[in-house]
Amino acid sequence: MNTTSVNAGKLYGFRLPQLDSGLVGSAIRLVALPLVGILAFLLLWSVTAQNIDTSLGKFPGPAAVLEQFDALYSEHQRSREKEQAFYERQEERNAKRVAEDPSYEPRIRAYTGKETFIDQIVTSLVTVMSGFLLAVVIAVPLGIATGLSKTLNSAVNPIVQIFKPVSPLAWLPLVTMVVSALYTTPDPIVAKSFLNSMITVTLCCLWPMVINTAVGVAGIDSDLVNVSKVLRLPALRHVQKIVLPASVPMIFTGMRLSLGVAWMVLIAAEMLAQNPGLGKFVWDEFQNGSSDSLARIMAAVLVIGFIGFLLDRGMLAMQKLVSWDNSAAQ
Amino acid sequence: MQWKKPFTKLAATLALAMGFVSSATTVSAEKLGYPEKEELTFGFIKLTDMAPIAIAYEKGFFEDEGLYVTIEAQANWKVLLDGVIDGRLDGAHMLAGQPIAATMGFGTKADIITPFSMDLNGNGITVSNAIWEEMKPNIPKMADGRPVHPIKADALKPVVEKYKADGKPFNMGMVFPVSTHNYELRYWLAAGGIHPGYYAPHKGDISGQIDADALLSVTPPPQMPATLEAGTIYGYCVGEPWNQQAVFKDIGVPVVTDYEIWKDNPEKVFGITREFAEKYPNTTVRVTRALIRAAMWLDENNNANRPEAVKILSQSNYVGADYEVIANSMTGTFEYEKGDKREVPDFNVFFRYNATYPYYSDAIWYLTQMRRWGQISEDKPDDWYKELAAKVYRPDIYEAAAKSLIAEKLAKAEQFPDFATEDGFRDPQTHFIDGIVYNGKEPNQYIDKFSIGLKSGQKL
Repeated sequence: MNTTSVNAGKLYGFRLPQLDSGLVGSAIRLVALPLVGILAFLLLWSVTAQNIDTSLGKFPGPAAVLEQFDALYSEHQRSREKEQAFYERQEERNAKRVAEDPSYEPRIRAYTGKETFIDQIVTSLVTVMSGFLLAVVIAVPLGIATGLSKTLNSAVNPIVQIFKPVSPLAWLPLVTMVVSALYTTPDPIVAKSFLNSMITVTLCCLWPMVINTAVGVAGIDSDLVNVSKVLRLPALRHVQKIVLPASVPMIFTGMRLSLGVAWMVLIAAEMLAQNPGLGKFVWDEFQNGSSDSLARIMAAVLVIGFIGFLLDRGMLAMQKLVSWDNSAAQ
Repeated sequence: MQWKKPFTKLAATLALAMGFVSSATTVSAEKLGYPEKEELTFGFIKLTDMAPIAIAYEKGFFEDEGLYVTIEAQANWKVLLDGVIDGRLDGAHMLAGQPIAATMGFGTKADIITPFSMDLNGNGITVSNAIWEEMKPNIPKMADGRPVHPIKADALKPVVEKYKADGKPFNMGMVFPVSTHNYELRYWLAAGGIHPGYYAPHKGDISGQIDADALLSVTPPPQMPATLEAGTIYGYCVGEPWNQQAVFKDIGVPVVTDYEIWKDNPEKVFGITREFAEKYPNTTVRVTRALIRAAMWLDENNNANRPEAVKILSQSNYVGADYEVIANSMTGTFEYEKGDKREVPDFNVFFRYNATYPYYSDAIWYLTQMRRWGQISEDKPDDWYKELAAKVYRPDIYEAAAKSLIAEKLAKAEQFPDFATEDGFRDPQTHFIDGIVYNGKEPNQYIDKFSIGLKSGQKL
């Protein structure tokens, strides 16, 4: 905790002399100043919003967005009630059919209603985490291997450098076509759209992790490597006992970068491919062009930002937890 | 309500018993079986004429058939068609031209059929405010100063000529190369002497702009107003609510509805693959039954249910536009210039005038227009038109659905065409904006009547 407050002090870069004494000062820095910043932003937002006339009406201010949060939540509640009624009707219908036709094996079908805003948030979170975890599984071993071997590194590096700056939107059509060509089970466990989004996310957040892991592994203190050599540790033990612990801070730095990329990529991919999630929500609202659309999109923007922030904080906390070397965790 | 319960129960038991007796006495083949596939996904484009699908879902007509349907909005017509072809969608709200073109192999080749025609009319042509100002002096006025309707493209012709003389391309938007909107816009333009351009697929030219005065290009329906606003196009032809949206946003003026171009013209159809219909015959008939009931509900008691339908359509998962925008056209009026709201009771027809029956002659009209504009590059005999129409339009499935609804007293026989004598051809249609008569039995003769367009024997 100490480090954070010191860093925060450095960050603001100015000190009010009469207040710079102990608790009061840090309370102001940690609570009051961000609050002032947020209030100023809200004020600026509502003033500018009033002055922007779009063809869908005025640009939504904070009040309109708050109203939409409420509306979205009550829509979610209503949808849940409808779902309940759907299952009840279904059971009745199944019972009736069994009575008429005893050979029928009743099955409960999933609710066919539309995903609500909250469902879309959950979908996006699940997708981003799956894509990210898949990337971790591929990138960390690859990074370790390239970090350990100069030869492999020279071979892999050009490919990594070329694919790293590719936008998700360029990958998406290819991923879509390949998935629909290869994934052709009659009764799929996961939806194709989910796979598309997930693989696109994986492809885009692979590279920062590979690079960071490789750099971390290559930069291990030569003393540590020498210890391993003296002890004649076999290759796997070497990785397990020396390489992994030594490069964990860098690996996590890469992971944190990647997760940020993953979240941004996902929203774009969902928007373009109309795959379920927050991106689709934004696109649908844009297409609807109703007078509430802009406020709903703004609500989604805030949620996307907030979730991105939480993901980053979560990764930061994990990074700190595993770091013996605090310099990497800033 | 408690007192009612025993009675309803009794009624239900009786009905069940009677059903049992009747099914036991009649031939078993006549009773409609359970659906082979119960979980279905249907696609749609955000347009008010998707209403039968939304209503069949919301009013429980699908569930009454034992079908659990998920309804998904699609990004554009191409994505939607591909979805049906690759099986991601089991069926969809389609442009009438899509199943025909797919079966013929113009664009993606696939066997798509339609057992159910979704509606009549429902489109409009909108021009930007600037173009409207230039058109206005050319339009005759009524006593109260409002323009006389229908407005013909003659009023637009000088504007297009001016743009052409200035070397500026006159761009207009329509929703898909084989969409009703493309043919309606072309029909209207050509009737006013503006050439909308030819296609030449045999030469690899599918832009449809050969010899064109007005350059037509594709824009997805919900993006029409935004594209008009951006100035990329000067006008467009699209379904509702995207014409009324332009009025509300104050960015354009609808000048003519397709009702005025061709009174009671067939619009969307419900498309499925032939494979689906063969593999799941009961499901197909049951889907058709649910859609027929939805269409009946939409037109019941002189459009009495329309306000409720508009409320459903304005939900963000269906069309999602504001209630007022959708209501403008769905409830029997149409707002042209801001404030100029006129009665068009038949702007959206879902069931009246046998709107849902898949007439061969409707399919053939689209084929004649494909030939007229070169999408069909060579002459075809009249029989070819009839055979293709019979391949795509399937009144036999419709008939099975309608008859079973009549048998279950969910509909009356007089609400449908007389199946014993119906041959699938409407009487010659006389209500076109240019007065040309269309007889579905003589497609080639019809094509030769137009002054602009390919005639028999012509090839680009």
